[in-house]
Amino acid sequence: MTPKPKKITKTASTASSTANTVTQDFKEAYRLALKSYKEQVSSDARLKLIDIFCAFLVVIAGVQTLFMALIRDTFPFNAFLSGFIICVGQFVLLISLRLQVQEPFEGVPKNRAFGEFVIASLILHFTTLHFIN
Amino acid sequence: MVTTGKSTIAESAKTPVLTGKSSLVRWVQTVLTFTIFLAIFGAAVSSRLFSVIRFESIIHEFDPWFNFRATKYLVTHSFLEFLNWFDDRTWYPLGRVTGGTLYPGLMTTSGAVWHLLKRIGLPVDIRNVCVMFAPAFSGITALATYHFTKEIKDSGAGLLAAAFMAIVPGYISRSVAGSYDNEAIAITLLMVTFMFWIKAQKTGSILHATLTALFYFYMVSAWGGYVFITNLIPLHIFILILMGRYNAKLYSAYTTWYAIGTLASMQIPFVGFLPIRSNDHMAALGVFGLLQLVAFGHFVKTKVSSDKFRVVMIVSLALILVVGVAALFALTYFGFIAPWTGRFYSLWDTNYAKIHIPIIASVSEHQPVAWPAFFFDTHFLIWLFPAGVFLLFLDLKDEHVFVIVYSVLCSYFAGVMIRLMLTLTPVICVAAAVALSKIFDVYLDFSHTMKNKKVNVSNLVSRLLVSSTFIFYLVLFVFHCTWVNKMAYSSPSVVLPSTTYDGRTVLIDDFREAYYWLRLNTEEDAKIASWWDYGYQIGGMADRTTLVDNNTWNNTHIALVGKAMASPEEKSYEILKQLDADYVLVIFGGLLGFSGDDVNKFLWMVRISEGIWPDEINERNYFSATGEYRVDSSASQTMKECLMYKMSYQGYPELFGGQGIDKVRGQTILPSDVLPLDYFEEVFTSENWLVRLYQLKKEDSEGRSLKDAGDYERSTTKSNKKKNFKKPDLDLRV
Repeated sequence: MTPKPKKITKTASTASSTANTVTQDFKEAYRLALKSYKEQVSSDARLKLIDIFCAFLVVIAGVQTLFMALIRDTFPFNAFLSGFIICVGQFVLLISLRLQVQEPFEGVPKNRAFGEFVIASLILHFTTLHFIN
Repeated sequence: MVTTGKSTIAESAKTPVLTGKSSLVRWVQTVLTFTIFLAIFGAAVSSRLFSVIRFESIIHEFDPWFNFRATKYLVTHSFLEFLNWFDDRTWYPLGRVTGGTLYPGLMTTSGAVWHLLKRIGLPVDIRNVCVMFAPAFSGITALATYHFTKEIKDSGAGLLAAAFMAIVPGYISRSVAGSYDNEAIAITLLMVTFMFWIKAQKTGSILHATLTALFYFYMVSAWGGYVFITNLIPLHIFILILMGRYNAKLYSAYTTWYAIGTLASMQIPFVGFLPIRSNDHMAALGVFGLLQLVAFGHFVKTKVSSDKFRVVMIVSLALILVVGVAALFALTYFGFIAPWTGRFYSLWDTNYAKIHIPIIASVSEHQPVAWPAFFFDTHFLIWLFPAGVFLLFLDLKDEHVFVIVYSVLCSYFAGVMIRLMLTLTPVICVAAAVALSKIFDVYLDFSHTMKNKKVNVSNLVSRLLVSSTFIFYLVLFVFHCTWVNKMAYSSPSVVLPSTTYDGRTVLIDDFREAYYWLRLNTEEDAKIASWWDYGYQIGGMADRTTLVDNNTWNNTHIALVGKAMASPEEKSYEILKQLDADYVLVIFGGLLGFSGDDVNKFLWMVRISEGIWPDEINERNYFSATGEYRVDSSASQTMKECLMYKMSYQGYPELFGGQGIDKVRGQTILPSDVLPLDYFEEVFTSENWLVRLYQLKKEDSEGRSLKDAGDYERSTTKSNKKKNFKKPDLDLRV
């Protein structure tokens, strides 16, 4: 988030005071969001677990991309794609589950949401296995 | 059929009235709904059977013949062999990687049905499975439309929409028995996917989103039109975000669909890496990314005061938009993402295809639609459609936005390309059903009048008048649909119906006659040169190798055949010899008055080959001096010398004893117009001269060019005639 305000100060043609307030706003938003996030996670262990899993997936996806960049080759492209997309897919599924754990949707109880998450993950994994050869 | 349809619609109109709470009423409702569905299913299937009853159980038109051939290959070989199928009997001498360049959904489904029927002890011929495929699936489409509309309004509107969908000509045009094309299954899958999407978007359920993704995958495997879904769903989400209606349900529905759907769609060999490479799919990816940011922003928004958040949001959004668009341009520029395809441009600029890709413009399906076609295909639904969209605007729930976006986009696309009428039809049915059921909700509700002892006469009369008018329209709709289905959409176009002078109907069966002749009288590896339209039929019915077919994957190869048709015969002979062709097939409708023949398609052959060899072929040369497209004495010399002209009219004036009348173009052909044919010889002409087959002559045994040989032959026959004339003199002398 922090590098963004710098760009703004360059592009904004108006007085630098507005740019300063924008930077201030960003800082405050960042601080508040972080604070409430910490509160949220410490109150519910399941959220913590989901978030650790999410962070793990981001790391795995990053490692794969880095590896691809290092060997300068995309050769088994389907393998890379399936490895990368399953990280993204599992990530969004986890976030969807997280949203429902926080605040269940109308007509979808928490237990059912978890069951649906498991089914969707299985389908995702099956497709990936098929694609990865 | 007519009575079923009528009762269906009348009954379905009544159901919204029955909203009582008692168990008896509910039971009656269930039974009624079930009966109505049986009736709808019956109407859907039976109205598609006209083609079988009036003609026979036969595969229609062109593309279905390929699908049929592929299905036959699938049921006689294993699935893996099917996916790895390299077809050396088409696109000779190139061949076609058929397994990797087709959408296998249709064939695998009918193959599965065939195996299932065999397993339960019903050994049905695969041809019958293919012929009855589309009617069977139309019933499922009606069911999906019901559930879709139920989510939009209520079950009353759902039943109406299902009934409309079952018999509306716009859909039947592509799903009569025998029309074994990708669209037959694709519209079903389109509606099922949309139905699950609406449910997923409404409930936020991961399961529904997963099902959407699975049916999306099925759709990708069945039809190239899946790109429509790929863009419509993100557009729906994007508009909802712009309207400020983001919620967590949208996130879970869309991201689940996109992640699983994209990964699954890449399993189809023909699609491959397109979903991340081509620009057509980038909107979905963009919205996916946007949604992550919006979700994050939403989280921040709940923590920060609103006016500060506003500033933060606007600034970040502008930044992201600039970076995103720049990245897209950069990636396209450096070739990581394929630019938009020609078909895409031709959607926006209707002249694009005509100028840049004549092969796309030459297909009649890609022409803009004529306005009467809208009424012809949907009857009174077309004017209920805007009313329905307006009613949805009044309500404007999230799912209504979907229908509105769908209808606006498809109305435009259907105006550009006639084949996209097919994707518009479902939304017309849904919107019209919403409008009509709203009318019935208000005017068919007599409960108020029954309760009150005092009868308000004017109120009652107005209610009766409005509802009876609309019921009358419904009845009229059924008659219109039946009539259109019977008259316009049930012709297999392999067999042509015709009426004799005394009014009897006769079937013109020249195509099959000629193809069967080919099958029996030519070597098994004979190569047939014809315009690409007939490639699939020759492959399917005559089982002979073709040079080009309806797949049109190689423009140059098609242009080469077009050049052969448009050149003088010496050149054509050379080209066709190089291509190793043995026979040339032309379709000639002059005697019959069949306007879709090769002489009428000829200008496209000229245009397509002109695109590749502009210095050899010039469209202007084929017009007469006054700039008209003529085939009689005033035709240009180039026209008269070209192979297509010679082959079409060879021996035609003699048939009439000197003055041949071309019934399609209404022009008179004189014997002097038709120049002799030296390099080819006629081997077969069908009963009504519709199909003419020529064989390439063998090279002359004395080493002359075939033209010299022909000239010599003609001069000797002339002198022979003279000799014969003089013979008596000689006899006398001896």
